[in-house]
Amino acid sequence: MKVLVPIKRVIDYNVKIRVKADHSGVETANVKYSANPFDEIAVEEAVRLMEAGIVSEIVVVSIGPAAAQDVLRNALALGADRAVLVQTDNEIQPLAVAKLLKLLCLQESPRLVILGKQAIDDDSNQTGQALAALLNWPQGTFASKLVIEDGRIEVTREIDGGLEILSLALPAVVTTDLRLNEPRYLSLPNIMKAKKKPLEIRPAASLDINVEPRLITVRVEEPQQRQAGIKVADVTTLLNKLKHEAKVI
Amino acid sequence: MRALVLAEHDGHSLRGATLNAITAAANLGGEVDLLIAGHNARAIVKATTTIAGIDKVLVADDPIYAHPVAETVAALLIEHARDYEAILAAATTFGKNVLPRVAATLDVQQISEITGVVSPDTFIRPIYAGNALATVRSKDALKVITVRTTAFEPADNVTGRATISQIPAVNAPIDVQFVREELTILESPDLTSARIIISGGRGMQSGENFKMLEPIAEKLGAAIGASRAAVDAGFVSNDLQVGQTGKIVAPQLYIAVGISGAIQHLAGMSGSKVIVAINKDEDAPIFQVADYGLVGDLFKVLPELTASLSSLSSGA
Ligand SMILES: Cc1cc2nc3c(=O)[nH]c(=O)nc-3n(C[C@H](O)[C@H](O)[C@H](O)COP(=O)(O)OP(=O)(O)OC[C@H]3O[C@@H](n4cnc5c(N)ncnc54)[C@H](O)[C@@H]3O)c2cc1C
Ligand SMILES: Cc1cc2nc3c(=O)[nH]c(=O)nc-3n(C[C@H](O)[C@H](O)[C@H](O)COP(=O)(O)OP(=O)(O)OC[C@H]3O[C@@H](n4cnc5c(N)ncnc54)[C@H](O)[C@@H]3O)c2cc1C
Repeated sequence: MKVLVPIKRVIDYNVKIRVKADHSGVETANVKYSANPFDEIAVEEAVRLMEAGIVSEIVVVSIGPAAAQDVLRNALALGADRAVLVQTDNEIQPLAVAKLLKLLCLQESPRLVILGKQAIDDDSNQTGQALAALLNWPQGTFASKLVIEDGRIEVTREIDGGLEILSLALPAVVTTDLRLNEPRYLSLPNIMKAKKKPLEIRPAASLDINVEPRLITVRVEEPQQRQAGIKVADVTTLLNKLKHEAKVI
Repeated sequence: MRALVLAEHDGHSLRGATLNAITAAANLGGEVDLLIAGHNARAIVKATTTIAGIDKVLVADDPIYAHPVAETVAALLIEHARDYEAILAAATTFGKNVLPRVAATLDVQQISEITGVVSPDTFIRPIYAGNALATVRSKDALKVITVRTTAFEPADNVTGRATISQIPAVNAPIDVQFVREELTILESPDLTSARIIISGGRGMQSGENFKMLEPIAEKLGAAIGASRAAVDAGFVSNDLQVGQTGKIVAPQLYIAVGISGAIQHLAGMSGSKVIVAINKDEDAPIFQVADYGLVGDLFKVLPELTASLSSLSSGA
């Protein structure tokens, strides 16, 4: 069966985020970008399903600027077969991303789409659910375990009170949580091999879908910074401060 | 302006997070209704009629909601959406699972995890793990919103007088089956509502050592939390994770033990009123946000803390 994995290119999680002086957004010039960590987990899961003989083809997709080819190449080096870049320099919000992905799903007919549960830049946590809704497919979000058997997928979900296990008919949409797996490292030979794998570029405009933003960013600000407090010498002083100064115990 | 809030419950009682979402809904300035999807939910329904600010409680009581899945709850909300200008839910794993499905079906761009209402169409939401705050204006006629509960006070559950209105269940023709759940039985208070939290990190070294936090938690009436590193290492279960991708908490007192203070962890707890850090590395970033820092070996500090709290509570 075929699996589609959407990958978002985001500012690397180690980068210290700075708000632009004109408050229009965050500083993106000269910062390191990588694949959204949850999407690396999604690729890894697809590759493991392929190694287990369940998946026969992995197609990775990114929607974003030309530079997003890098995250797609990395995914190809990890084991994906083919990549598609839906190229745009415009801001594409989750609903529009889901609409573009729906179109690709109709063309590619995957049995499973694995997305990250959230992108670490915009923290929206929506795209997978939105895609499932538009396709009218079942969804298994925040997955920490997947078992595929007899045309169904059993998804173990990380929920606030513990775990929930759902059984979904395929085709379905799954979003990854952190503990689904630990992605492997890229090897140099695989990076070289990936250069020969197909990466198709399609201008977003050619897909004929209205992707105009529905949310207008009015202003972006720094949150209030906490000030470092004091160091206390021992437990007695600590409890004293908490009781008489902070009055929280 | 009329807003509909999706209630969250565990089959027995309403989750506190719903009360925070109701406050956010009230801030939009119009009437607020509540929707409960459940099975044999009479007790829950009764308890919600006194929530301040609720006009009507819509109740869909049906076996298909015994273990509500996103597909069926979304179908129910979509059925009633046309009567409202806003649909809200708490940004819990339940709300985050259901609402984007509703929004996309209705061709609406959801506004995730708002922390402030500027006006009925303009909201504040944290991005980049809370390292920036965006003010966004929605152009959609219907607003679909998830609410970061720590940013809004809970609505009071005493002075309201809501009316109850039964509504039929709506089936979604999608094949998804609930198999089972494995819920953690909490002996300590729930993380998201606790007044005090004591969290352990990788520095705790094992799940066994996490037990050292228990007597302290018990003395303080605190909930126990953890960093991702502690959860990944299997010391404690996933539902204890605090952070960008775990739970967002804002207690009166947060005690971080053997936690370095990575931005993803800070994203989940930096709204706490008072932060205490216990770490053997005096340069650990957690000290930059801590009101009180204690540099020391946790294996020495924790027993001392337990002993001092015992003598404190025994009236010393
Ligand atoms: C050129 C450009 C400019 C932007 N400018 C702004 C801006 O000024 N302000 C702002 O707030 N946001 C901006 N964005 C971000 C964008 O609006 C949304 O953040 C993003 O499209 C979806 O939100 P999310 O990633 O938080 O979704 P989530 O729902 O959190 O993402 C979940 C998952 O969906 C998939 N996914 C999401 N997006 C993509 C994608 N593009 N391609 C492939 N898979 C994807 C991934 O699997 C991801 O793990 C910009 C994006 C681009 C490309
Ligand atoms: C996409 C993404 C999402 C993430 N989401 C989250 C999240 O939601 N929540 C989260 O917590 N993390 C999250 N992380 C992980 C985060 O980046 C850090 O790796 C994690 O928080 C580190 O946990 P820690 O502080 O327990 O471990 P470490 O960073 O290893 O720190 C351990 C600390 O313990 C101290 N220590 C060790 N021994 C002792 C001792 N005997 N006495 C006293 N102190 C001691 C050390 O000095 C050190 O400071 C995420 C990461 C990514 C990439």
